Amino acid sequence: MNEQSDIAAMNYTKKYAFIGAFLSTLFMGLGQLYHRQYVKGVLYFLLEVYVLVFWTNPFMYAMWGFITLGETPQKRLRGKIVEQGDHSIFLMIEGIIFLLLFIIFLFVYYSNIRDAYKTGRLREKGKVVSTFKKTLHNVWENGYAYLLLTPSIIFTIFLTVLPLLFGILLAFTNYSGPYHLPPKSLVDWVGFKTFIDLFHLKTWSKTFYGVLTWNAIWAVVATVSTYFMGLIYAVIINHKKIKLKRFWRSIYILPWAMPAFISLLAFRNIFNGEFGPLNQYLQAVGLEGIPWLSDPFWARFALIVVNLWLGFPYWMALMSGVLTGIDKEMYEAADVDGASASQKFWKLTVPMVLFATAPLLIMSFAHNFNNFNVVYFLTQGKPVNVEYSYAGSTDILISWIYKMTLEQNQFNMAAAVSILVFVIVAPISIWNFSRTKAFKEEDMIQ
Amino acid sequence: MTKNQSNRPNVTLSMGVKTKETITLVLIYMLLIATAIFALYPIALVLIGSLNPGDTLLSTTFFPKNMTLKHYTYLWNETEFFTWYKNTLKIATANMIISTFLVITAAYAFSRFRFPGRRYGLMSMLILQMFPGFMGMIAIYILLLQIGLLDNHWGLILVYAGGSIPFGTWLVKGYFDGLPRSLEEAAKIDGASHTTVFFKIMMPLSYPILTFVALTNFIGPWMDFIFARLILRSNENKTLAIGLFEMVTGIDKTKFTTFAAGAVLVAVPITLLFIFLQKYLIEGLKAGANKG
Repeated sequence: MNEQSDIAAMNYTKKYAFIGAFLSTLFMGLGQLYHRQYVKGVLYFLLEVYVLVFWTNPFMYAMWGFITLGETPQKRLRGKIVEQGDHSIFLMIEGIIFLLLFIIFLFVYYSNIRDAYKTGRLREKGKVVSTFKKTLHNVWENGYAYLLLTPSIIFTIFLTVLPLLFGILLAFTNYSGPYHLPPKSLVDWVGFKTFIDLFHLKTWSKTFYGVLTWNAIWAVVATVSTYFMGLIYAVIINHKKIKLKRFWRSIYILPWAMPAFISLLAFRNIFNGEFGPLNQYLQAVGLEGIPWLSDPFWARFALIVVNLWLGFPYWMALMSGVLTGIDKEMYEAADVDGASASQKFWKLTVPMVLFATAPLLIMSFAHNFNNFNVVYFLTQGKPVNVEYSYAGSTDILISWIYKMTLEQNQFNMAAAVSILVFVIVAPISIWNFSRTKAFKEEDMIQ
Repeated sequence: MTKNQSNRPNVTLSMGVKTKETITLVLIYMLLIATAIFALYPIALVLIGSLNPGDTLLSTTFFPKNMTLKHYTYLWNETEFFTWYKNTLKIATANMIISTFLVITAAYAFSRFRFPGRRYGLMSMLILQMFPGFMGMIAIYILLLQIGLLDNHWGLILVYAGGSIPFGTWLVKGYFDGLPRSLEEAAKIDGASHTTVFFKIMMPLSYPILTFVALTNFIGPWMDFIFARLILRSNENKTLAIGLFEMVTGIDKTKFTTFAAGAVLVAVPITLLFIFLQKYLIEGLKAGANKG
């Protein structure tokens, strides 16, 4: 008897959560009103009314702009603008902003439904529904984190998320000079055409594969050379017979401490083929000058040497620390077994240092892959390569993107190449992050 | 035991080993000296070039007969160099303050609070910091144009600060996670508010990582070329990186000695700052790789 009525009560009351959620889905706040949370319900209700009344039209206009990217081109009569026309790019950015705001609104809508559902469950269990005062108190307790985060979220949405979304979407338009540059003309969505052009049109694919190959070689050589030079010098200075350890270390650290762009600009002059001191010295000893920055091979060579100069001190400083941490007894044991110096280096030092610095080595690879500054300041991608579109012989992908964007108005192609760069570099970062302590503690790996 | 046995029978051999060792040592010292020259040469060239009476690299010698300060006075009197210097200092300081504030508050929230949306927030920060920074260049340009912050220092500061959040937040959050919670809990029992806990307990404990974040954000604007070139257009608004770049790559490429004088004025304070705070830099870089 008792049991039956309990079940009946449950069957009946189970509907609180469902009805509340359903009503809140119909219109914000209805579920809360149903649960007799009047203040909260009215506030939710007013929010939706406000959004519907004041934001429907702007939103519809923004969506129209986002989908069509404008329909009226600018009209000119004898060089004078008679009709302003639509500005496709402004319409696109406005569209993205409204979409982001819409997502935030959907999140609020969702939390309204969830709140109605949860309150319903509380009622089903026969518990007291919290009053508005208590809700406010809860909001303040949990809200402190949101309060702390608000500035960062605003900055990130407008200065990182929005530009990135825009950058990605650009790859699917024909936004490029000379025919599709607003406000003079309209831009259209073209789907994957930019990517197809990049891989199949000779002028683009040749540049892309050429630049990509050099980019890969550059990243590997630049990383490995600085790494080993750093290691070798750390080992040498760490050796017990070498005196003045601090002196050598502080001299070698200077290239790292100098602002890199200044050293790079100095090197640009040192390597200059006409008046650079390097060629003057070569000529003084009777050799011929080398066309350092005007020959593709020598320009690449110069880049690697300069990068070695810039990069090895960091590894040396880091590895000096790692080396002092290695247990001395292992070397003593190796001595007892009659290991030679080179055996000790390759079989003991290298594996131990590699183990300690592997994540940094990988980060350094990703950094070198996109090392814009070294390339742009030293060679600006030159010498010119006639077979390439908008790129020179020493350009890497990122400096090619820069040139396409700032100098050539090839925005859609630049965006497409940026996406590919991301596809190459992101797995490295993901792998690297997935093995960090902070990441594991968050248990984000499912 | 084995070592002694193998060495004892032949004394003359160990003599040979000793001379060989001395030769190796001499060779190594020569290598060290050669590398020191390699490391110091460009620095010396800039330093001496700035004191050289000539104007171009061609007309100067590495060891000039007499020194002059005329390039420094030229910078002061004839160019906008010191305006650029002031601009850079202003942008760097503002960026340091704003970025550090944003990064710390976000990291504190992510580290010490559990709230709906926390994991999504962390995950998006993680993904965002993987995109190459200037993928959003065009959008940033248009946005700043729209709100009238193009060719304006604050526009550039906003861009720098926005860009420093994702990586910095993860870095500092990782550091905060490693700090013991017992102190805070004790303080909370004594009735301290979140804000008090943050300023009185968290801040003093996280001094090393805060130094790292502040320092990298201060140095960043001195080095950045891409965004500064994109946003700052007029001569009087430039930063040092652009000004010096144009000095040696402009139409008259012959201003090496003037460039050198400018370079010295930029490099000396930055290098000193770097050397004094080197310890924190290495620690911070390691934290970025190991602890996240």
